[in-house]
Amino acid sequence: MGGSAGSFSVLTQIIKLVPSEFSLPIVIVIHRQRNVVSEFTKILTQTFKSKKIIEPDDKEPIRESVIYVAPQNYHLLIEADRTFSLDYSEAIKFSRPSIDVTFESAARVYKNNLAAILLSGANNDGTAGLKSVVENGGTGIAQNPETAEFPAMPQSAITFVPGIKVFDPAKIADYIIAIATN
Amino acid sequence: MSNRKVDINEEELEDLLNLVNEIHGYDFTNYARASMHRRVFRFMNDAGFHNACDLKAGLLKDKAIFDFFLQRITVNVTEMFRDPEFYKVIRQKVLPVIASYPRIKIWHAGCSSGEEVFSMAILLHEAGLLQRSIIYATDINPYNIEKAKKGILPLDVMKEYVTNYLNAAGESDFASYYTAMYDHAIIRKDLRENIVFSLHNLVTDHVFNEFQLILCRNVMIYFNHELQNRVIRLFHSSLSSFGFLALGIKESLLFSDIKNKFEAVSSQEKIFKRIR
Repeated sequence: MGGSAGSFSVLTQIIKLVPSEFSLPIVIVIHRQRNVVSEFTKILTQTFKSKKIIEPDDKEPIRESVIYVAPQNYHLLIEADRTFSLDYSEAIKFSRPSIDVTFESAARVYKNNLAAILLSGANNDGTAGLKSVVENGGTGIAQNPETAEFPAMPQSAITFVPGIKVFDPAKIADYIIAIATN
Repeated sequence: MSNRKVDINEEELEDLLNLVNEIHGYDFTNYARASMHRRVFRFMNDAGFHNACDLKAGLLKDKAIFDFFLQRITVNVTEMFRDPEFYKVIRQKVLPVIASYPRIKIWHAGCSSGEEVFSMAILLHEAGLLQRSIIYATDINPYNIEKAKKGILPLDVMKEYVTNYLNAAGESDFASYYTAMYDHAIIRKDLRENIVFSLHNLVTDHVFNEFQLILCRNVMIYFNHELQNRVIRLFHSSLSSFGFLALGIKESLLFSDIKNKFEAVSSQEKIFKRIR
């Protein structure tokens, strides 16, 4: 899941609905301000004490039932051996972590076993990533822009990526739970 | 986005990295593949190569293209006093220990253009240790080393680094550490006198000295697991007993096969001590 401005409440709404024991890993990439220590992960872990929510270290193996949050100031990539790699290279579209980078690397590894979800945001990060997910046989989902505080980011994906699904936040949670139980 | 589609698949990338190793002697075959793939892909976009074949031909025939390639696929993003908390812990827990050595030897592996090395020199200076310290700062990229030797940084970023410095418990006037000239800043000469910048490739080069502190921050994140293990063993053999190893804050020794030879000094800031 990738989110930017206005995605925090949607994310918490979705995470709340996802059971603690869950047969899939979830990876969250959210834009935060540069050089300001972000409390995002701390707030999530304190809000959802029963869930495993962590910022992975480099080369950490990806496990099911864990919600991973891309660390601030790094791009988060997925390797073929299902471990994370971090990358401190230039920001992409003014973003590090970049949603495109994570989506693109996940698409190459997980192919059709991947659902990528793009939430509220005020830029167009994530569009290229969703395109790559869909091209690799995965499922691309955008938050319904009408439900988004900042519609630009999901709208951009809807405009430029053919074949993506458009869901309201509650439907997104339902969808995630459905693929996890299948 | 360009009109023609740029593409390179896993096999072509493998092929390309083998070629680069054979022809140019730079071994990137054990770099973490996902980010290597992305950087090669970006290079192809920027340099106008549409497929692996064109790129291979370009890298074979033109040294200038290879130099540009090397510049772009190694990551050279750095900051002074990046992760201020890290420098605080170095000040509080590491410097007092290494101060007991008559001659302090530090290796900064993968120093990029030197920003973190200058930060370290400032810490040593403030602790009164710089005069008897020597910092070996190495990087794979000749362009970085030339740049680092000059000690010249853009002035606008220096202003950002002031905040980092203050957050790292810096108590002096940060501006006294450099001379501003037009839109650039030159790091004070006395701060740079005990730094030796030189080329060193962590993948192929060996132990060259013994150190009380080795810093290698956000360098090994670009390596695969196997290469990380090799480099950690290289650091282990380059450390004096109870010497310190400092990594980037999201780098772990947990996944290393010699993790039991180290003990955490700060698990938050990823500073370790060799214990056997």
